Amino acid sequence: MSRTDTLARQQAARQGQWRRLPLIESSRLRWALVLSGVVYLALALASVEVNWARVAEGSGRAINFLGAFMQPDFVSRQSDIWAGLLESLTMTLTSTVIGVLLAIPVGLGAARNIAPLPVYTVCRAIIAVSRTFQEIIIAILFVVMFGFGPFAGMITLAFATIGFMAKLLAEDIEDLDWRQVEAVRATGAGWWQTMNHAIQPQVMPRLIGLSMYRLDINFRESSVIGIVGAGGIGATLNTSLSRYEYGTSAAILLIIIAIVLLSEYLSSYVRRWTQ
Amino acid sequence: MPVSTSPQGTPLWQRRTTRAQWLQYAAWMMGMSLFLLCWKVISDNTMWVFVEDAGRQGSDLISRMLPPRWEYASVLWKPMWDTLNIATLGTALGIMMAFPVAFLAARNTTPHPLVRSVALTIIVSSRSINSLIWAMLLVTILGPGVLAGIIAIALRSIGFVGKLLYEAIEEIHPTPVEAISATGASRLQIMNYGVLPQVMPAFAGISVYRWDINIRESTVLGLVGAGGIGLQLNASINSLAWNQVSVIFVMIFVTVLVSEWVSARVRHAII
Repeated sequence: MSRTDTLARQQAARQGQWRRLPLIESSRLRWALVLSGVVYLALALASVEVNWARVAEGSGRAINFLGAFMQPDFVSRQSDIWAGLLESLTMTLTSTVIGVLLAIPVGLGAARNIAPLPVYTVCRAIIAVSRTFQEIIIAILFVVMFGFGPFAGMITLAFATIGFMAKLLAEDIEDLDWRQVEAVRATGAGWWQTMNHAIQPQVMPRLIGLSMYRLDINFRESSVIGIVGAGGIGATLNTSLSRYEYGTSAAILLIIIAIVLLSEYLSSYVRRWTQ
Repeated sequence: MPVSTSPQGTPLWQRRTTRAQWLQYAAWMMGMSLFLLCWKVISDNTMWVFVEDAGRQGSDLISRMLPPRWEYASVLWKPMWDTLNIATLGTALGIMMAFPVAFLAARNTTPHPLVRSVALTIIVSSRSINSLIWAMLLVTILGPGVLAGIIAIALRSIGFVGKLLYEAIEEIHPTPVEAISATGASRLQIMNYGVLPQVMPAFAGISVYRWDINIRESTVLGLVGAGGIGLQLNASINSLAWNQVSVIFVMIFVTVLVSEWVSARVRHAII
C-alpha cells in the first residue's frame, strides 16, 4: 500500500471513519476476482440440470431415510453386516502394515538429502502416481487383475498407503536435524548404522503417528471400495441401499461412524504417547 | 536405564529392564499374530486361481488400453466441466455451512458446551462418511445427476473444513479479542473484528486445499451416478472399452496435477 493511501486512511480514522484493510491489496485485482467469480457462478449454475419432479419424488425417501436413522435395523441382516465388517477390518490392518513397510524404502528414496538423483526421481514418480488416482479407480484395475474379493481391496489400500506415507516420511526426513547425522557419520558409521542411529530415532514418533492416522483413513476407504467389488462393508452398504433397506443402511453407517470415532480417539492417544 | 552388577563387580548397562524387554517382545508377538490372523481371513476369502493369473490379466489390460483412443476426448469436455462444477460449487456450499459450525465448535467462541458437542457431532459424522457414500445416498434421494454430486461434496467438506477451522479458531491470540471486548463491543462485533481477521488466512488456505481434494473426489462420483467424468468412466468400463478408459485416466491425471499446482500457488500466496 502506498504512503498516500496510508495517510488518507489515518486522516479518515481521525474523523471516525475507519475501515479494515482488505485481504487483497490491489483494488483492480479484487474487483476482477469478484467479477470472474460471479461470471463463473452464473455459467456453472446455468449448466447444472436439475429434474425437480424427481427431487420432489425423492423427498419422501429422504424422510424415510431420516426415520431409519432414528431406528436403525442391526438385526435382520446381522450376518451380512458382520461378514462385511470383518472383511473391512482385516483389509484395513493388513493393508496398513504392508503399505507402511513398503513405504519406508520409498520414503527414504524420495528424501533428497539422503538419496541420489536417479533413485529420488523413481521414488517421487511412484508417489505421484499413487497419490493422484482415487483409491476407487485403483480398485477397479486391481479387481480386474486379482478378481473380486478382499485381496484386491487390500492391494489397493496398500498401494494408496505407499504414496501417502512415503511422501510425508520423505518430507520429514528432508527437514530433520542434520547435526545428528553428521555426528553419527563422524564415528565412522556405515549407511545402515546412520539410518538406524541418526535418522530412525528422529522420524519414528511421527511415523507411528502417521501410521495410526493412515489406519483410520484405510478403514474409511475400505468402506467405499466395496462398491466396485473389492470386498468389505461397502458392498453390503451398496446392496442395502439399492434394495431400499434403509434401516440396514443406517445401521451400517452408524457402525462406520462409531468405529471411525473410536480409532480417531485411539490414534490421538497413541500419538500423545509417542511424542 | 537399568544397571545390574556382574559377578566380577563391574556394572552392566542395559537399554531396558527385563520386564520392559519381555513386554516389548509380547507386544510384537501379539501384533504379528493379529496380522497373520487377518491375513488368513483374507486369504480364505480369496480365489487364488485368479490371483495367480494376475500378471497375465494385467498385461492383457495394458495391451487393451494402448493405444488410447484420443478422438474420445472430444466427448469428455462437457463431463469434465461438470466435474469441475461439482467440485467448485460443492466446496463453496460446504464452506458456507462449515463456517458457522466451526465457530460453534471452537471452545473459545461457542455459546454453550451443549451446542459445542452438537457441532462436533456434525463434524465427525460428516468426516467419517466418504463422499462416495454420501453420493450413493443422495442419488437414491435426489435422483442421478450433478446436483447429488454437489451436495455430496458439500456434506463431506463440512467436516474437513469445520475441523481444521475450529482448531485454527482455538489457536488464535487472545489479546486482540480482549482489546476489542474492552471497547464494549458486542459478541458479533468481537467475532467480526477480533476473531475473524486472525483466522481468515487459515480459512482461505483450508478452503483451497479442500477444493483441490474435491476435484480428485468428484472425478469418481459418477461411478454411483452422481454426474461428472465418472459417468463416462463407468460406461467405458462396463462396455469394456479400455482404450477409452485410458483417455479418461490421462484427463483425470492432468486435471488433478493442475488443480494441485493451482492450490499450492494460491496457498503459498495467502500464507
